[in-house]
Parts: sequence; C-alpha cells; structure tokens
Amino acid sequence: MSKVHVTTTVNGEEKEFLAEPRQSLLEVLRDELHLTGTKEGCNDGNCGACSVVFDGTLVCACCVLGVEANGKRVETVEGMATREGLHPLQQAFLEETGMQCGICTPGFLMASNELLKSNPNPSEQEIRFWLANNLCRCTGYDKIVKSVQKAAAVMGGA
Amino acid sequence: MNAPESGGKVKTEFTVLGTTPMRQDGMEKVTGAARFGDDIHLPGMLHGKLLRSPHAHARIKSIDTRKAAAMKGVRAVITGADMPTLNAGIIAAGEGGEVNMQDIADNCMARDRVFYDGHVLAAVAADNPHIAEAACGLIEVEYELLEPVLNVHDAIKAGAPVLHEEYTPGAFLFPTQKALPNAGRLFLEHGDVDGALAACDFVVEREFSTKAVHQGYIEPHVTTAEWTSEETLTIHTSTQGAFAIRDFLASFMNMPLSKIKVIPMEIGGGFGGKDVVYIDSVAAVLARKSGRPVKIFMSRSEVLRGTGPSPETFIRVKMGCNKAGQLQAADIYLLYEAGAYPGGPIAPGTLCSLTRYNVPNVRLDGYDVFLNKPKMKPYRAPGATQSNFAAESTLADLAEKAGIDPIEMRLINALKPGDMMPMGFPCPPLGSIEMLNAIKTHPHYTAPLEGENRGRGIAYGFWFGAGLASSAEIRANSDGTVNLTTGSADLSGTRNTLGMQAAEQLGIDPALITTNVGDTDSVGYTFQSVGSRTTFATGIAVISACKKLIGEMARRAAMVWEVDAAEVVYAEGMFRLKGDADKRMTFGELCAKADHTGGPLLADASEFPEGVGFQIAANIVDVEVDPETGKVDILRFTALQDVGKAVHPDYVEGQMQGGSVQGIGWALNEEYVFDDQGRLSNPTLLDYRMPTALDVPNIDCTILETPNPGHPFGVRGVGEVPIVPPPAAIRDAIKNAVGIHLCELPMKPAVVLKAIRDQQGNS
Repeated sequence: MSKVHVTTTVNGEEKEFLAEPRQSLLEVLRDELHLTGTKEGCNDGNCGACSVVFDGTLVCACCVLGVEANGKRVETVEGMATREGLHPLQQAFLEETGMQCGICTPGFLMASNELLKSNPNPSEQEIRFWLANNLCRCTGYDKIVKSVQKAAAVMGGA
Repeated sequence: MNAPESGGKVKTEFTVLGTTPMRQDGMEKVTGAARFGDDIHLPGMLHGKLLRSPHAHARIKSIDTRKAAAMKGVRAVITGADMPTLNAGIIAAGEGGEVNMQDIADNCMARDRVFYDGHVLAAVAADNPHIAEAACGLIEVEYELLEPVLNVHDAIKAGAPVLHEEYTPGAFLFPTQKALPNAGRLFLEHGDVDGALAACDFVVEREFSTKAVHQGYIEPHVTTAEWTSEETLTIHTSTQGAFAIRDFLASFMNMPLSKIKVIPMEIGGGFGGKDVVYIDSVAAVLARKSGRPVKIFMSRSEVLRGTGPSPETFIRVKMGCNKAGQLQAADIYLLYEAGAYPGGPIAPGTLCSLTRYNVPNVRLDGYDVFLNKPKMKPYRAPGATQSNFAAESTLADLAEKAGIDPIEMRLINALKPGDMMPMGFPCPPLGSIEMLNAIKTHPHYTAPLEGENRGRGIAYGFWFGAGLASSAEIRANSDGTVNLTTGSADLSGTRNTLGMQAAEQLGIDPALITTNVGDTDSVGYTFQSVGSRTTFATGIAVISACKKLIGEMARRAAMVWEVDAAEVVYAEGMFRLKGDADKRMTFGELCAKADHTGGPLLADASEFPEGVGFQIAANIVDVEVDPETGKVDILRFTALQDVGKAVHPDYVEGQMQGGSVQGIGWALNEEYVFDDQGRLSNPTLLDYRMPTALDVPNIDCTILETPNPGHPFGVRGVGEVPIVPPPAAIRDAIKNAVGIHLCELPMKPAVVLKAIRDQQGNS
C-alpha cells in the first residue's frame, strides 16, 4: 500500500512521517513517531487509553486516521510536563495515588486536562461524567476523581 | 493446605509501615515514559497475528496456508503441526493434584480439534500487523462441525458430546477427581447433613446462577519473542509472573529452563488473567521459523474471546438453623464451568462458600465442568465471589425467615480464631468478630436511609490468599543507597510496599531504596503475583535478605573495630559496639567502607511462607431501584477489611476500592453473552460493559488491623477479597429496597424488573 507524506505538529514540534492511509493516528504516534505514552486498550473508541487532543478536541487516537493529522496540531501525554516540572494533574495523580498499573493513566491525564480547561472547578459529578469515556479497572475511580479535584484546587479553580 | 505457622514475634511499632511515600515508578507512568509490553520495538521485528476458530466445537480436517505464505510481506505461517512436542506431559501441581501441560499448550494452538469460539489454530508473522491480519484471512480451513456443549447442565447429562476422551482432572488449589465424562468433582462431607437439616427450625433452599465475567485489564496481552542464538530465547512480555512464563515455555518448547530469559515489562493490569502462556510460545515458534523477532499484540475482541474469564456457575444451597440462629447444616451443590479444558476455580469456589462460618454438618459437592467455552481463568479470589453470592444470600434469607438481625446472625455463626477450619486446623488470628461489630457501629450503617425504593444491604466474605516461593536480592551501594530486586511483577505499587518493608527492617529512609522487578536471569525463582501474595510472601523474602545484609554488615563493622561480630549491634540505622558509646557507624558510613572490608555488600533470600493468615472483608451498600426500568443505582458504598498491617494505606484503599468496583460490575451488568452456537456475542468494551466513573460513588474504606503471626510485620494479603462480598451485599440492598429475592447475576435492569413484576403479579 503506498504511503502518504504527512506534516503535523505534535506537542508543539513539527513532525513529518509517511503513513499508509489505513493506519490510525494511534498507530502512527506509537510506531512511526515512537511516542508510546499513548496506549491501545481496545482500538475501537471504548476505553479512552489513547485519548489525545486533536486540533483542540479530545479524541480517541484509534478513531482518527494518521493522514488526517496533516496540517493539524496533536497533543499527547508526552507534552504535559515541561522543563519546569510536572503538570499539576500529573503531580496530583502521583500524590493522590490516582493510578495502580498505570496503563490508563495517560488517557485519564489528557481527558482531565481538557475538562479543567473548560471547567476549572468541576463538581465530583461533573468529573465522573466527563471521565466516563475512560476505563480504569484497577482503582475503582475514587482516587482518580480525588486527583482531579486536587489538581483543580492547585491550578486555582475558583 | 498446611496449617499456618505460629511464627515468631510480630512487630507492632513501625517507622515506615503505615506511611504513604510516593511510588518510584509513578513519574514514568504519568509522563508516558513507562515501558509496557507493547512499547518495545526490536530491530527487524515482525508482527504476528492469530487465526481463530469461528466455531465453538469442530474437528480440523485440513488447513491450507499456501496463499497466506505467498502473500508479499509474510515471513512465516504456522499451525498446530509446527508446535514442538512437549517434554513433560503431566506435572505435579501441589496438594497431590496434577496439571496436563498438553492442555495448556493446546489452548495456545489447537492441534486437531477446536474447543471454543476464538481458539487459535494458525498464526502469521509479517512485516506489519495489517499484512499479517490479511494473510490470516487467506488461510483456508476445512472444519467438521461438532455439536457444541454450551452450559453446565447439558454438559453433565448422559449422552452429552464428550470433549476429552481422556483427561487429567483439574487441580487448582485442591485436586478434583474424575467423576463424569465432562466433569471433575470435589466432594467433602462432614456430619449428618440430611438428619440435621430435617431437625432444623428454619431451612432455606435457593438456586443461583451467575454469568462469566472477564478480568477486564485495560492492557491486552502482548509478547515479543527473540532467538538470541539457536538455543537461547528471550521473551519480553506483560505477565504476572516471568518465571511461570519461562516454565511453561520450557515445557512447550522442550528447552532447558536456563536457556529461556523472560523479561517482564510494565504490566497494564492482570487480576489473575495474565499468569499463563497464551501467545508467548506462538511468537517463539514464529520467530524461529522467520529468523526474526516477532511481537504479538491481541486485539480487545481476542482478549475477550480467547482468554479465560471467571466461569458461569449454577449453585444450589440448602441451609438450616435453630431458633437461636445457630447454623446446623448446609448442603451446597456447585457447577462451575471449567471451559475447554479441566482446571477451573471449582475448588476455591467450593471451599470459600462457607469458610467464614461454623457449620457442624456440611456437604459440599462441586463440579469442574468442561464445555465449549474459553478455558476459565482465575479472577481475583478465583471462584469465591460466585459461591459467596449464593451462600451469603441464602444466609441472609435464613436470618430473615428466622427473624434474626442479619449482623447478629453472622456474629452467632462467625468463624473465630481457634475454631476448627474445614481444612483441619484451627483458625489463626482473624478479626472476624471485630469486623462484624465494626459494621454495627459504622456511621454509614447507623445513618438513616430515607426515600422510596431505597435499601441498605450488607455481606461478609472470605478468601484464602497464597504463600508460595519468592526471592529477593539486596545490594548496599558505597553511597549508602540500596538496590532491591525481587521476582514479583508489580501490578499496583508493590515495588513500594516491598521497598518499605526493606526500609523498616534496615532502619533507613525508604527514599534510599530503589526496588526493581527482576527478569528470570537476574533473581531467584518467584511465583506469580497472584493470590494476594506479593506484599506478604515476597515481603518475607525481602525481610530475610535484609537480615542477612545486616548480619554481613555487622561482621564488617567488627572488622573495622577489630572486635568480635557478636559485640556489634544494629538498630535504627546505626551500628554500635556494645559497651562503648564512641564506637558507632551509620548504615551509610559502613557502606562507604565496603571496599576496605571485603568488597561489595549484598545478600539474597528465598522463602516459601505458609502463614497467609487469610483475608476477610465486608460491605455496607445503599441502593436505589428504579421500579419502572429495574435499574439499580449505588448511592453509598463502604468496604471494610482486615489487612493485618497496612504497609501503604493508600494502596490498601486502592485495592479495596478497585475490587469493590469490579464486584459492583459483576453484580449489576457484566456478563459474557453467547449465541446458540457458542459464539461470543459481546466481544467489545461497548457491549461487555465494565463500570465507568459515572456508574459508581466514592468507595469509603474502613481498614482493620489484626496482625498476621505468619509475617514478621503482621501483614496479610489484601488484593483479592474486596471483590468477594459486593454482589451479595447489593442483592441484600435490593431486597431491602423493593422486597425481591434475586438469585442470579448480573442483576441487570431486565432481571430486576421481571422480579418486581413477578412479585406484583403474586401479591
């Protein structure tokens, strides 16, 4: 299958890659760009482990084609921390034990970050509603919800 | 099972245990840097895909792989005929049972028959996974369809199609005996059950059915096989136990154990489902045939179709008590699916049905039933959730019939320390009475519950847990830092709980210790991270290694001071010379002198502890039932558990909360749905619906600590028992909300609604 040349921006850096039209964004992020922080749990949009931000919208990377990234901006978990340190959400997930095995954690972090951008001070119910796209089998969600609440407080939500 | 050891003196004052340091692997896991099984990419690596049977039961008449092999980009195609002959067919499985390794090998790759929808019968390695998948579609298979056996009742009828003309009975925890063409049996009887039941003042008999549920780990199975020479195989895999994978592979590949190196990657959940080989041997054979490393990554539908869930069951319970509420007799008949091969969790399921109460007359009759479904696997307290649901619900209805308060009913009958257990030894220290009394006074239990169609329920559960072999190696570096390596896969933060036990024993800051998960070449044999055993059993190996290290360091201090080693004492991170206050060295100061006192400081230990101490848990749950739709909402949920000693209380809560929510999913909506030909109808996470954040409330935790004398710090395993009581507790709450006595799982809206309507029709 012939490949398509794609130019895109990932975590603020311009990237080029060749992709077969059938390859998902998840596959090109992991296998072509070697950004393996984005995880595959189901490959059909039902677990949220591959949550990334695609031109400002939270998506499952498994449900977007790699070639669609041409000219677009993609944000992944690898872009959350800066040279200054961890993002407050990452710090809160560490401090509040918002993870056990950690496979779903990148997806929860990306989804939570988008929640706090649009709703800096969400209620417990709003957090649970927003995160219902992301499955975690280890924690029972309790400490994930508390991690997001703590990050919201640290980030100065009113 | 052996009696728990009486053990030595149990420590009760701690400086490290009970604190909550941040996990070492946490940073990697929040930045995306942690390397899980699918995050490895070897030079020249190919991708493997599996061809799976679309039929639940069929004979393979022929397989033609020529078109697949000719496809561009395909590097190897294999079938059952390419798999090596096993070097050991039947191996001992402890407690006098045996496991047929051929069954496990055949479950990875069928030879002449396929036994379930999703059974693998061929595999392809190609340049990328898309080519491999397309090539699988070109493999031509001619099947002779056989009648499938699809439920436990049909499987044990006379004249049912026989799955295995010869079989080795299953031996999970306890051996079963050959009993029927499609079933092994575990039968235990004590006292005069029929006579005692006839004499009871109150008797309740109920029949329960539960559906198969999957462990639901978010990371699918993944493995990468590489032949580093003609005779040496390296496996990078996601597993609960690297040594177990090595042992299975050595048998399947007919290789010496020393020539296989299994490197455990970070693992994205397991819950009992990742302690066995599914794809590792297939990847190894593809890698050998292609001459290149091969990775296999299962799709989600392959995980659901091809790996083992916890079985569907049918359980009949007859239980009786006297006017005082004392249980007199119980008669329990259990049919558990084994799936395609013997060895389902019938034994722990049968034994955990009642092992928290004293019942003088008992008959337990359990069957491990073979049928055309995936080979069933352990899932968190394997088999106990199903039988707890049945026995605990019958007990609740018996209390109701006898007019006895449900907590009093349990207190009257609870197994207490010193009471004789069914295994023939007295119950070790266990906070059963304390836990039941804690429910009575819990602010959740005493809070008023108002509103229509709302109810509160409770349940109480038991699980054994496991000891078994663990190894640890500890090295003290010249700068006073420590590297600790064990063979235990870390599913939830156990590197921290093991490092904390080392810090406690060594008397140093836990931040000085870096804990690693070793590969099979780098540390001693360690059993899988199963049976809630890692913090308990590997912890004991860690403590033993620390004691040896301190012994060696005391010898070094004696060399420095030119005294006898017996004159050196160690406490709180400081070596001292008896009777000389000036002679003292910190742990770190002595580490710096290693080169001048005989070289590097290291110690290792292997242990096989048996004093697991057992696990108990209870739930208080409030529900609201929608009488129009039958939907059940969990309003409030409290989990109580006796954990011995909470090493890292946040992680203990995490186990309680995670297990509780898995139990809620089992209770209310998770189930395998098969069509009438035995094909799985819901192999996606949309249709196999696990709880989301929106489906559950916060899970409040009450931690009780009755020290386990089988561990130097009083630790008992915590991981499994949280999943046991939720279905029975929720059933109890639904009963108290709307007055229905449900006897099946899941208690999904259609089931609840039908029961409500049946009750209205009858009234």
